[in-house]
Amino acid sequence: MSPELLSLIYDATLETLYMVAAATLIGTAIGLPLGIFLATSGKGELFEAVSVNRILGLVVNATRSTPFIILVVAIIPLTRLIAGTSIGTTAAIVPLSIAAAPFIARIVEAAVREVDQGLVEASLAMGATPFQIVRKVLIPEALPGLVLGITLAVVSLLSNSAMVGAVGGGGLGDLGIRYGYQRFMPEVMLVVVIVLIALTQALQSLGESVARRVNRRVRQH
Amino acid sequence: MPQAVAAAPSPALPLSIARPSEPERESGGDAAIVLDRVSHSFAQRGTGAAIPALKDINLRIARGEIYGIIGRSGAGKSTLIRTINGLERPSTGDVIVGGITINRLNARDLRAERRKIGMIFQHFNLLSSRTAFDNIALPLELLNLPRAVIRAKALALLDLVGLADKQNRYPAELSGGQKQRVGIARALATDPQVLLSDEATSALDPETTASILALLARVNAELGVTIMLITHEMAVIKDVCHSVGVMEAGSMIEEGPVQQVFAHPRTDTAKSFIGSLPGRDLPVAVVKQAIDDPNTALLRLTLTGEAAGQPIITRLGRELGIDITLLGGQIDTIGGAPFALLYISIPAEAWHSGRLSHALAGEGATAELISHVS
Repeated sequence: MSPELLSLIYDATLETLYMVAAATLIGTAIGLPLGIFLATSGKGELFEAVSVNRILGLVVNATRSTPFIILVVAIIPLTRLIAGTSIGTTAAIVPLSIAAAPFIARIVEAAVREVDQGLVEASLAMGATPFQIVRKVLIPEALPGLVLGITLAVVSLLSNSAMVGAVGGGGLGDLGIRYGYQRFMPEVMLVVVIVLIALTQALQSLGESVARRVNRRVRQH
Repeated sequence: MPQAVAAAPSPALPLSIARPSEPERESGGDAAIVLDRVSHSFAQRGTGAAIPALKDINLRIARGEIYGIIGRSGAGKSTLIRTINGLERPSTGDVIVGGITINRLNARDLRAERRKIGMIFQHFNLLSSRTAFDNIALPLELLNLPRAVIRAKALALLDLVGLADKQNRYPAELSGGQKQRVGIARALATDPQVLLSDEATSALDPETTASILALLARVNAELGVTIMLITHEMAVIKDVCHSVGVMEAGSMIEEGPVQQVFAHPRTDTAKSFIGSLPGRDLPVAVVKQAIDDPNTALLRLTLTGEAAGQPIITRLGRELGIDITLLGGQIDTIGGAPFALLYISIPAEAWHSGRLSHALAGEGATAELISHVS
């Protein structure tokens, strides 16, 4: 394989990592509080707000049920508003983040709901405020689940990022389609797939090892 | 709790702990906890119909007292204890702790009051992500105290509950009894005046239960903390409580000093709880034989306080000139004082003449004729 091709693959890998990292950060920044709210705003819960909970739930479901490639195209005006352009790697971060946030929110919600209600009750009995309970109890106790969930989100972002070539997003997926498919260079396609598999594998292992490290629910000897 | 029948020493409960001086039960304004006509209902799922959980409960717990509430599951004792720190707000009535009406506080003031009321739980409710030390530190962190203060306090509490060497262990690495010790230390971190115990020993084996109860008694005696506990085990009441309330179907059906309720239970529920203690019941065959024989009277002799330690049986036999057959019984410590319950049979004539009752008067003992197996 020519040095030019290798350099293309290298750049595409960096673009993918850039998009995935940025979208993970933004998606988590939105999805984490949203998920915690979804998990604590039901009837009789810490931040009881049943109707808001229901509306946010609907929005989350609507976003999650829209196929990613349609979401990318559908929100082009919004992307232009936020990123200044609707084309390119940075612009692609907008739809990636918007797709990731509700996904992360549901994962966070599930992880937080797993926390024993007895701990919430014990914290209330100690005189903790709802925000203290979130910060000192719910997040630390849900941490192993949160880490695994965000790992899941990262891997799904990796696969979504392959689709943003449709709006000139660049990255490995785009490279695979343009060189591997449209220019009939199967070796490029193969390398792209291998790099993606390696990335997925590495991220998954990293996530699992961090989750294990923060999990104190089992003896660690 | 395995209590041997008759005079065998009680093996499981090393309760040689100092007891507090009798709580000041009379002083009206000095009650730690007062419940004034407390009723509560839950809305039924779906229909919204009100399901009563507490019915017109009146209660007065003196400062420094260990007050036990016993009842079967569903009797309302959990709901009751949760009203004390405002986890449950009663539908009607007032809950007054340390002079403050808990159910009328706003959220902010309620949080401040809750710091004066510690609570321990059946399933410990420790944070799995925190070590024993950090679990105890949590209530202090919530107050944003300086690190050094938190550290000193948490270490002292670890010492108090006997876990100084386990401070860096996570709950998953501790036994049930050790977890409850951490729970107790955590509940005491903010120097509460009142400690609520929600079935704190129900998930523990008998020996661990005994050691946790001993710790609670020590906390009560040394720190003067008023303890309200709920349980479904009469042995817990017997071993540490000064007073007891019996709950059934949301009502407090019987109440009083533990000695009194044990010696003279009025309700069937109280009788059955007391009867559930080992050594309380005689074999049916023994009772039947005694009842079938018209010439003998089967009696239950209840001796409290001083009397429990006196050689009453032999004295009666000597003074009345009758033969006394000891059929069974139990000698125990209840509410911190000796207590004996003996089943005897005597000639029917001695009972009907009233000579026995006469002789017992003034001894701090009572006798009742048993006509059926209770």
